[in-house]
Amino acid sequence: MEQVQLLGMWLSPYSYRVIWALQLKGIAYEYIEEDLSNKSPLLLQCNPVHKKIPVLIHSGKPICESSVILEYIEEIWPQNSLLPCDPYERAIARFWIKFADDKGPIVWKICGTRGEERQKVIEESLEMLKTIEEHGLGDKKFFGGDKISMVDIAFGGLAYWPGVIEKVLGRNLLEAHKFPRLHAWTKNFKEVPEIKENLPDFGRLLKRQT
Amino acid sequence: MFSIFAFWNYMDKDVIKIKDPSLPHKVVEIANSMAEVKLFKTWSTQFGARVVWALKLKGIQYEAIDEDLSNKSALLLQYNPVYKKVPVLVHNGKPISESLVILEYIEETWKQNPILPEDPLGKANARFWAKFNDEKLLPSIWSAFTKEGKEREEAMGAVLESLKFVEEELKGKKFFGGEKIGLADLVFGWLANLAPVFEEVAGLKILDERYPLLLAWQPEFSEHPIIKDYWPPHDKLVIKYQALYEKYHPAK
Repeated sequence: MEQVQLLGMWLSPYSYRVIWALQLKGIAYEYIEEDLSNKSPLLLQCNPVHKKIPVLIHSGKPICESSVILEYIEEIWPQNSLLPCDPYERAIARFWIKFADDKGPIVWKICGTRGEERQKVIEESLEMLKTIEEHGLGDKKFFGGDKISMVDIAFGGLAYWPGVIEKVLGRNLLEAHKFPRLHAWTKNFKEVPEIKENLPDFGRLLKRQT
Repeated sequence: MFSIFAFWNYMDKDVIKIKDPSLPHKVVEIANSMAEVKLFKTWSTQFGARVVWALKLKGIQYEAIDEDLSNKSALLLQYNPVYKKVPVLVHNGKPISESLVILEYIEETWKQNPILPEDPLGKANARFWAKFNDEKLLPSIWSAFTKEGKEREEAMGAVLESLKFVEEELKGKKFFGGEKIGLADLVFGWLANLAPVFEEVAGLKILDERYPLLLAWQPEFSEHPIIKDYWPPHDKLVIKYQALYEKYHPAK
């Protein structure tokens, strides 16, 4: 039996990307929660370059960087495929996964900033969400079309973090009338059973931000 | 008798321009326009160079469109509305943006002379280093180029730390891809083409005797016949980056 382990952290949406992919493909794995203030020797050995989670360890071999891990998972376990077959459609998917990697993180910066800087970060976040709303989602239920795909997983953090941020800010971020498609998507995404059963606790997240 | 299967087989081959005189003219026209590969880039972009090298390694004919980034073409803005950047590959009229995404597309569409290994772990490794270059190494070098004093020192510190890992990755290999050039070589290509320019213009010490494997890799890469056939010229790059450097470090 091949051994699959995931070094992760409950606060990290990148960690959850890997959990969702493994769950959607029905892969059994051992989850190891890392204390990032006291990184385990295993983590440092498996990811000497970045010393970060998530790390997937498959039959003793580590794979680092969540989007690299997602591609690996897709290749090793092709059931319930998370990428389209057509090379052009795959390129579109990869473009948005990269967008999620490159531009997505601005949202995580909101709670950690104050005053003018926070305003700037909020504006940049709204611009980023607008881009996804206008160019990425279209009129589809999921980024992948009718079923959940790697792009949805890559954007998954946006399905639950904005709610936490809105509570902290005391104002709306992902408003339904401004982002109708994204708003609908957050509901559709969280209703997928494998996602619904694997979301961090809202109360716990909120407590952490305040 | 020309069968439909022969037609589609023909479409998959390297030779894009179909010249068979026995084929009906309309078929040739359609085939040629459908098989068109265009690349929007600039003469100097290292991100565009990666794509050119990949196309050339696979023997794919393409039309290069060099953009003036101070006056972007309507086509570029139409093809890349999200970032409005180069490179953009257009195949069969469909645009693909972001160099790493383009490289994966090229690899999947034209299977000859692969730039990724077959095994998933090998692929993951190549992708890891491509991301490392783009997300860690390049931003550090750009900081070192544009900043001054302590910030420049810190940025260079980060560059040198990163290069230690890159050097490790070359152990026992001629190229990052092993015996042949692979994805990571194309992505690290700027170390051979542009790093010497930064060294000259900004007085940065990037690749020196601390990195013997990288120093050995540089000429292996730059003198490879396919790579050297598309090589943003050193002198022209020096002029360009000298002007940029002066913008960031105006004479007091």
